[in-house]
Amino acid sequence: MKRVARVVSFAALAGTILPPVLFFAGMADIETMKRWMLIAAIAWFAATPLWMRK
Amino acid sequence: MADDTSRKQDEPVEEFEREPVPERAWLGFSSFVGQYAGEHTAGTELMIGPLFIASGVSAPAVVGGLFAGNLLAVLSWVFLTAPIAVRARMTLYFQLEKICGRRLVTAYNLANGVMFCFLAGAMVTVNATAAGLWFDIAMPGLNDLYPNSAGWVATVLVMGALMTIVAAYGYKVVARIANIAAPWMVLVFIAYGIVAARQLGIESVGEFWPKAQALIWTGGAPLAGRAKFTFWHVMFFAWFCNMAMHVGMADLSVFRYARKSWYAVGTAAGMYLGHFIAWLSASILYAQQLHATPGNTDVLPGPLAYNAVGIAGVLCVIVAGWTTANPTIYRAGLAFQAISPRSSRYRVTLFTGALATVAGMFPAIAMKLLDFVALYGLVLMPMGAVIFVDFWLAGKFGFERNYAEKSGVPINWAAAIAWVATLAACLAVVNMGGMQIYFIGLPGWFAAAALYIVMSRVLQRKEVRL
Repeated sequence: MKRVARVVSFAALAGTILPPVLFFAGMADIETMKRWMLIAAIAWFAATPLWMRK
Repeated sequence: MADDTSRKQDEPVEEFEREPVPERAWLGFSSFVGQYAGEHTAGTELMIGPLFIASGVSAPAVVGGLFAGNLLAVLSWVFLTAPIAVRARMTLYFQLEKICGRRLVTAYNLANGVMFCFLAGAMVTVNATAAGLWFDIAMPGLNDLYPNSAGWVATVLVMGALMTIVAAYGYKVVARIANIAAPWMVLVFIAYGIVAARQLGIESVGEFWPKAQALIWTGGAPLAGRAKFTFWHVMFFAWFCNMAMHVGMADLSVFRYARKSWYAVGTAAGMYLGHFIAWLSASILYAQQLHATPGNTDVLPGPLAYNAVGIAGVLCVIVAGWTTANPTIYRAGLAFQAISPRSSRYRVTLFTGALATVAGMFPAIAMKLLDFVALYGLVLMPMGAVIFVDFWLAGKFGFERNYAEKSGVPINWAAAIAWVATLAACLAVVNMGGMQIYFIGLPGWFAAAALYIVMSRVLQRKEVRL
């Protein structure tokens, strides 16, 4: 369970920074970027408390 | 008894307050990296970056000044604070009590608590700009000093009340959220800058520097009512914005847990993520707003973040503001409680939060944050000089270390005069226009150190004769 949560957390971090990078590179529009960043934020706060010690 | 037990469970661990930290409690390097990275990526960073632009700073001045100033801040922690912390291993307050006496520490706590309250007030202001987005309230402008609408007052009141209640009853929960949120927050702060840069028309990394000079940090005239910032302003601001913590020695309480003094290099994580990348990102956000809506000079972190990255950005402002206001309100409560030890921690924290909330209604503190932060460091700095001199130089200059403890006096007048006279002199010089507040801390430190040496020699000799 913890391992899955950890994978989700790292995917969420990628989902936080990759959409802005893709937007900067002209490969994503701003609304898509905002949507993915929100999904990543929800995923981060749902998964990280399950494995982060303190 | 039951009340006492529950209170202890809800409070952060406050150990070894009146004894040196034993070896079994010492911490490794990574503890300090994480702590500083999280603490210095706060909601108020979103105020500071835009205020640099409002001060007409140029690109080389802001990048060079932040690099040099943050380096000097790290070196101050490494060479001034940490060496004393790992040798004495005592809290700032206990060390001050030994040097200055109980009554003078009480006065110091009062000053410290009031400054913490105002700082927490600025954090409440930042959060209210985010919460207010959903209610379409009239928000304060760059030059507003007083509350400008009933909606604003109500929003601050609700945010401040929530933060206060949580600081009093759920400190640990917010502290845990702060730890969890830190890596995500850092990335969102970076995202602000990336997105705003693209919105400004920067389409590749190679275009960044020339367009940064032309569009972001243009080095033009400052906005009305702002001082013009140069490399030196930025460098001294970056160095001294945490003056109370390093030169002022407040972080003796943190580094007393460090196994080695060099662990203080971990502060670089906070300085270069929070006070370099986050400030630059926030600057770019503001430049984009000025570019897209010329004449809109409002510095409102909530709308700035929302326009760049949407709801995730607003969430980041709220989390960053909340997680840093929480320990700030708590620390202010601790400082006040030291004055009145019998008061309940809950009541003191609620009182402190109420003060911070009232302060947060006045946008003057947040909109003049650069000046307030400089003043905050200045107020607490002289006591840092007193501790430094007392620890390293007392024997060399022929006076007694930890004089209050050894003589039993409630006030060490040498320390009191060094503190009050230095502060009064610095403020007088600033008010007479002799020097701007960003620079006065450096000569002020040497003045406080010299005064403490001279007064200690004079007053201790006098008491021996008596």
